[in-house]
Amino acid sequence: MKGIQMARRVYLDHNATAPLLDAARDAMVAALGRPAGNPSSPHAFGGAARLDLESSRREVAALLGGDEHEIVFVSGGTEADNLAIQGSARAWTAAGRAPGHLIASAVEHPAVIESCRYLESTGWRLTLMPVDRAGRVAPSELRAALRSDTALVSIMAANNETGALQPIEELAEVCRAAGIPMHVDAVQAAGRLPLDVRRLGADMVSISAHKMGGPVGIGGLWVKGSRSVKPLLLGGGQEARRRPGTEPVALAAGFAAAVRSARERLADSSIQRLRDRMERELAGAIPGLVVNAAGATRLSNTSSLTLPGVDAEAMVIRMDLAGFAISTGSACSTGAARPSHVLAAMGLNRDQSASTIRVSLGQSTTSDDIETFVPALSAAAAALRGAGVGGKA
Amino acid sequence: MTRVLVGMSGGVDSSVAAAMLAQAGHDVIGVSLQLYDHSDAGRIARCCSPEDFLDARRVASQFGFPYYVVNQEEVFSRNVLDYFVDEYRRGRTPNPCVRCNGDVKFEALGRLAVDLGATQVATGHYARLDSCPTTGRRRLLRALDAGKDQSYFLFDLTQEQLSLALFPLGELTKEDVRREAEHLGLATAGKPESQDVCFVEGGDYREFLRRRSERDRVLEQDGDIVDSAGRVLGAHHGLSGFTVGQRRGLGVSASRRLYVVSVEADTRRVVLGDESELSAAALTLTGVTWLGSDAPGAPFETLARVRYRHAGVRCLVVPAAGGTARLTLLEPQRGISPGQAAVFYDGDVVLGGGWIDQVERSGVTPAARLSAGKAEGPRDGVNAT
Repeated sequence: MKGIQMARRVYLDHNATAPLLDAARDAMVAALGRPAGNPSSPHAFGGAARLDLESSRREVAALLGGDEHEIVFVSGGTEADNLAIQGSARAWTAAGRAPGHLIASAVEHPAVIESCRYLESTGWRLTLMPVDRAGRVAPSELRAALRSDTALVSIMAANNETGALQPIEELAEVCRAAGIPMHVDAVQAAGRLPLDVRRLGADMVSISAHKMGGPVGIGGLWVKGSRSVKPLLLGGGQEARRRPGTEPVALAAGFAAAVRSARERLADSSIQRLRDRMERELAGAIPGLVVNAAGATRLSNTSSLTLPGVDAEAMVIRMDLAGFAISTGSACSTGAARPSHVLAAMGLNRDQSASTIRVSLGQSTTSDDIETFVPALSAAAAALRGAGVGGKA
Repeated sequence: MTRVLVGMSGGVDSSVAAAMLAQAGHDVIGVSLQLYDHSDAGRIARCCSPEDFLDARRVASQFGFPYYVVNQEEVFSRNVLDYFVDEYRRGRTPNPCVRCNGDVKFEALGRLAVDLGATQVATGHYARLDSCPTTGRRRLLRALDAGKDQSYFLFDLTQEQLSLALFPLGELTKEDVRREAEHLGLATAGKPESQDVCFVEGGDYREFLRRRSERDRVLEQDGDIVDSAGRVLGAHHGLSGFTVGQRRGLGVSASRRLYVVSVEADTRRVVLGDESELSAAALTLTGVTWLGSDAPGAPFETLARVRYRHAGVRCLVVPAAGGTARLTLLEPQRGISPGQAAVFYDGDVVLGGGWIDQVERSGVTPAARLSAGKAEGPRDGVNAT
């Protein structure tokens, strides 16, 4: 097997997944090195595993300013979103109510939108909130969309494709004033900007370990107080009866280590400086370049860039051949690009959307990376623009 | 080292083509086109599924070349799926594979090749290429393995597409390719041959057409089944189940063997007749293209294939204005359907071809009966690859 040569590659796709932090790997290796035990077992092995798991839970809760008993460990951000939405819907109907009304933004992650769509097929009603040119939901529009039977509002903290931040505190205030629970998908935001669930006023928050340098395979759903969320899986009372299955102690240890590391870096603006410099230099080098959602406050690491006249899929391949990993922002499991519902909701037309790439930096990104990336992308953009041949299609 | 883009389906043919090029030292980039959204219902089983992409990726990894999946769903939907349904609406029998090669596969791969600095686009098709000694233009030739020859499906490629194209399997037999796949230890060595059109699972065209045309349901409207004199023999529940030459599933009982002679979209009538009425004497073609030369100025005699694996029929081609032509068949042929392609051959060389627009029946003549032969119409309306 020759495999794929990974040497001298620059990774600029941290919103897809971030490289595992040394601290997270060390914590997992240490946890795996301890005697195995099921946290639910009565013996000393089980007891030690329980202590391990709960200390990780405390660490994760601290990132959000929540109580440790409010964290449900799940397999990742997708499961957290599914549990928040479908678990809330189950709790709603379990209380004897008819299916109600759900609100989500049009730019949510598919885990949220498809959960809502699924519920819609079982009798729930769904409102997808439009967004402005920068990808934001207007609080006044959310207020107008609320109904007496609205069971849940789900709006993300930061968008995975553009990095745009929602005015989440104002949106949460609209929900709080109306007494309607709110779920916040903070998978991209958690660990990258300060999040205090109490100040935020949300009822549920989804987070994921691997977006902040922890392991893939674990995430968390913060559920406020004693709010009722019914499990989607059956077969055990773990995670406060919300998520059955033997808890992955070592993954949780890696998650906790990544959280610890992220909290220490929250005030660090070096990634933002690199990102801003990159955008500035690219804007100077690539005629017509548009930074999407520039009108919004954005995650410090994310750039959604429209390169007019350039086929984004070809650009991603060209850059990969040159040793740079970037993304079209929206992809199928096969790796093929998928038309972006996020950019469409922001008002970009098909051509603009098909010419949009996502560059997402991370802790591992160096100024050397950016110094080589900017000329490489600029040259590729010039070449691809020149290559544009008329087609039949 | 030339950079070659290889279109990979995940099947054995394109795997071998890619592996051979990589072994010969070319700078290979493997590309699969995602033509259909598999998350949507899972009713497409045969080709361009995630499993096929994985197989292609394994081959790429084995030979150390990069591999990518590129989305062409929208283009495929517009140029192939819409076309497929529209042709049935018009009472015609589409050939989606010819359309796909020219308007989707070679179009997308050609564009990507230019974008990625590749000078050639290779596929696992069985066909050969050369340059016309007089015009210097690229020509398409039949594969050495006549049983596998796929030149019929490629006649509609443009000169520009042909100039990029590379068919490494053109000189090989299917047996050679299988042996090579095993020799190279390819993950795809034992994969079965593709048979059906890739987007129709289990060959159920009616079900596909029903889903695809849900909005207007034109293909599901009832109509009459008549004989060539216009006498009503029965009724049908939609045109989509009928193809010229079809004998089974007609839903009428008669003392003699009846075949579908024509499908009339505007009146929604299916016309049946006996074997002799299937016989065609002349065809009109649209969308005629010439591969190695300019359009001939004068009528000429040649061999035309009117469907995949057709042995061919001698005919007189009269080129006309606007990319049309009239073909007089020198011996009448059975089961020719509008919508299929007629491709002209001079020996192994593909001269050009066009789309069959109208079929003029020869009527009942003793000569027609004698020469009707055993040629079957396109069994399920379409033939793959």
